[in-house]
Amino acid sequence: MARKESPLFLARAPYRRRRLRDASRLLPILGIFFLLLPLLWTEESRLSLSAGDVIYFFSVWIFLIGAAAAFAPGLRSGQGPTGDED
Amino acid sequence: MPFKLLVVACLLYVAFLFAVAFIVERRAQAGRLGWLRSPLVYTLSLSIYSTAWTFYGAVGYAARSGLEFLTIYFGPTLVFVGWWWLLRKLVRIGRQYRVTSIADLISSRFGKSNTLGVIVTIIAVVATTPYIALQLQSVVLSFGVFASATPDGQAPLDAGQTAIWVAVGLAFFTILFGTRNLDAREQHHGIVTAIAVEAVVKLVALLAVGIFVVWGIAGGVGDVIARIDAADLSAWQVQPGRWAGLIFLSAAAVITLPRMFQVMVVENDDEGQLARASWAFPLYLMLMSLFIVPIAVVGLDQLPAGSNPDMFVLTLPLAEGQGGLAMLAFLGGFSSATSMVIVEAIALATMISNHVVIPLWLRLRPAAAADDLRSVVLMARRVAIAAVLALGYGYYQVSGGSAALAAIGLIAFLGVAQVLPALLGGLFWRGATRTGAILGLVTGFVVWAFTSFLPSFGPGAALSDAVFTQGLFGLAWLRPQALFGTDTMDPMIHALFWSMTLNVIAFCLGSLLTFPGPVERLQGAAFVNVFEGTVGPERWSKGQVDPEALLTMAQRILGEEAALSLFQTAARDQGKDSFLPDPTPAFLNQLEAQLSGTVGAATAHAMISQLVGRATVTVEDLMAVASESAQIMEYSAKLEAREAELTRTAGALREANEKLMQLSIQKDAFLSQISHELRTPMTSIRAFSEILTEGDLPPEMVVKYGRIIHEEAKRLTRLLDDLLDLSVLENGTVQLSLGLASLQQMLDTALIAARQTRPERSFIIHRDLPSEAIYLKTDADRLTQVFINLISNARKYCDASQPELRIAVRQRAGRVTVDFIDNGKGIPKDSQSLVFEKFARLTDANRAGGAGLGLAICREIMTNLGGSVAYLPGQGGAAFRVTVPLRLEKLAA
Repeated sequence: MARKESPLFLARAPYRRRRLRDASRLLPILGIFFLLLPLLWTEESRLSLSAGDVIYFFSVWIFLIGAAAAFAPGLRSGQGPTGDED
Repeated sequence: MPFKLLVVACLLYVAFLFAVAFIVERRAQAGRLGWLRSPLVYTLSLSIYSTAWTFYGAVGYAARSGLEFLTIYFGPTLVFVGWWWLLRKLVRIGRQYRVTSIADLISSRFGKSNTLGVIVTIIAVVATTPYIALQLQSVVLSFGVFASATPDGQAPLDAGQTAIWVAVGLAFFTILFGTRNLDAREQHHGIVTAIAVEAVVKLVALLAVGIFVVWGIAGGVGDVIARIDAADLSAWQVQPGRWAGLIFLSAAAVITLPRMFQVMVVENDDEGQLARASWAFPLYLMLMSLFIVPIAVVGLDQLPAGSNPDMFVLTLPLAEGQGGLAMLAFLGGFSSATSMVIVEAIALATMISNHVVIPLWLRLRPAAAADDLRSVVLMARRVAIAAVLALGYGYYQVSGGSAALAAIGLIAFLGVAQVLPALLGGLFWRGATRTGAILGLVTGFVVWAFTSFLPSFGPGAALSDAVFTQGLFGLAWLRPQALFGTDTMDPMIHALFWSMTLNVIAFCLGSLLTFPGPVERLQGAAFVNVFEGTVGPERWSKGQVDPEALLTMAQRILGEEAALSLFQTAARDQGKDSFLPDPTPAFLNQLEAQLSGTVGAATAHAMISQLVGRATVTVEDLMAVASESAQIMEYSAKLEAREAELTRTAGALREANEKLMQLSIQKDAFLSQISHELRTPMTSIRAFSEILTEGDLPPEMVVKYGRIIHEEAKRLTRLLDDLLDLSVLENGTVQLSLGLASLQQMLDTALIAARQTRPERSFIIHRDLPSEAIYLKTDADRLTQVFINLISNARKYCDASQPELRIAVRQRAGRVTVDFIDNGKGIPKDSQSLVFEKFARLTDANRAGGAGLGLAICREIMTNLGGSVAYLPGQGGAAFRVTVPLRLEKLAA
């Protein structure tokens, strides 16, 4: 039941792995920001759908997918058999 | 295109899916799944998120509300790219505790409470029935599109008949592959693979239609962009509340929808699949929605006003005479509808059988231990599947299939999203309790039903007009779409806001105010800390149970062979050569885990406790374990401290031992040295006294020999004096006569006394008299003795032709240092540490009667005076520094 003592400082590779986890945790927050940003655009003059909106949203979408794809392999390899935690 | 051909194509497609599912099941049984368990299949199976609602409905949604349809995909995208937050934990728990459904997860987390299982099951069934109806409706609608386009006037099936045929067909397929066997882990490889195939079909179909629309009908990307800008898509305006609310809602739904939970958690094999899906699934969704806006815009442009925008995916190709493409699109839509219905039905049937039917059965027939529960479970699932589809069909008939697809979908989303607070709370908050979860779920469900579900039937249907306008019981603040007077909100957001808020409040209050039972607390710790390995004590204390009864029960659920092999393995692990292991807590845990993979945690727990007879652990047990482990920790801390102390002691002993050894060696050396020193003068005394005793020597010889004997005797005496002095000093028994004395005077005395040593040499003495004007409280005689010794040494050993001696005095912080520095060669570095040892003489060249004890005595004197004498290297000659305290207090003896 005793908590495993975790080392205070890490070697380079585990350090990078943890920062990758941080990045992967931050990604949806960044996504929320980008997806809610257009709420600030609404003005009386923009009553109808414009192609710019479509392109913006799909760009954000592709960015999120790309970032997640870039993170995924590192996150997966980071899972040791011990289920090491942050 | 002929309607018959459509039916034939449809049947062929279904037959193909049958074949896929069948082959995969065969391979799964043979244990040869291989690539079928790859992340790709997993990702594709997740695509049941996009149902016919997406396939057809998204275009209609876009035509009606512009880009708002995207929110339905942004939620899941955020959840999946942020998988490290939640999904990873969810999947890990699902695998570790063999979770069979979301109801099972909630019930298991909150103390294996079947009440909770039932509540979640009811919510899931009520919320998703309209959703299933929606799928039937979309299939019927799409058939209708083809039928109306049939030129040969052949009377097609009417809508009701189509719906019933589709429902029956789906029920058949689902029962066939969803309830073939009771898997220990409730996985359905055949169906998952068939769904993956369907996922490919719907993606290809939608992309094909999209590409045809963009490059076939419109003139490429530029033209489409121009059309979008020109189109007036119902005056689309971002409504902040709806936009953010729907993103949240879809994010919640992708986690809590029973079918999503089934493919995402229950059918998951390893976390690698999830890592891949974290980006591949959002990519799938993105591709699915890539052409939605172009299709909507072009559809609005091309097709006659009043066409149903929900069917643009079919009607656009048909209007352009692309029969084949329309057929592909139809199959895509058909795939979307069927895959969703199949998985949803399986998930719901699992819940119904595990949380409703089996507990009831066990309660009604507790004595029927002999009958095979497996067949009951399977039959329950089959009936449940049929019932779920019948419900969906019933809803379709009642609602008349008129409402827009999107609205029904959102209502279903909000219904299942009510599970979210209990789920998140259960996963991340150990303080969440069963009562809190029940209160939250019931509150959320009631509010949802009142504000969203019942009003969806329209005014005057489920709720009377009076309730709509005047509120429940005539209370104005209880109007279903304006709770507490909030009548300016969008109805959907209104329902979302109030149901989730009240749900969370009830959940938190209930959790804060109640005390969880022991099993609940165990499960809470196990779920929240799932990554920290197994926690908590065994869930079963050693019970009085007949292993044979356990075996009988296990056979009823797992089947004879599986149960026997499980028991045999356990018995072998215990070192027994039989089929019946001892009912140890560990074995009971293992058995319970196996059973819960089939009938759910609550039922498995109930069945075992029925046999074991006592309600597992108590709060006292938990406390006992906690204090036990605290004791263990304290004990080990003590042990550690003791070990450290032992190590220290051992180190000290070793040091002492080394010192003793060294002293012994020194003593031996000292003895041999001293015998040598004593022997030399003795030898000459003996020799000369012998000569004297022989007589008849000339008198001058007698005088000479007598003086030699005298000199040698003096030397002996001096040596013995020194030795005595040294031993007194070393023992610390020396009596110091402390008093104030002038340093200058002491140095004067010393210089005069030292002049006797090699008086023929003329030394130049450098002194700084003002600096020597210091009065010391010390033993002046002893200190002078040290000075004499040092100056004599300089006189003796300084080998410069013009010998000089510099005496430098410095006072610092209560200590005085006196340096004696000559201009000779100095002492070689490796001998510097030796000069203070007894009998250490570096050379015999300038031997002046000393026994080599001078510096050793000096060192001892200085130690007794509370100071030190040391060799000072790097001064250009031999240099010694004497350090004395300015005021020597009496040392404690």
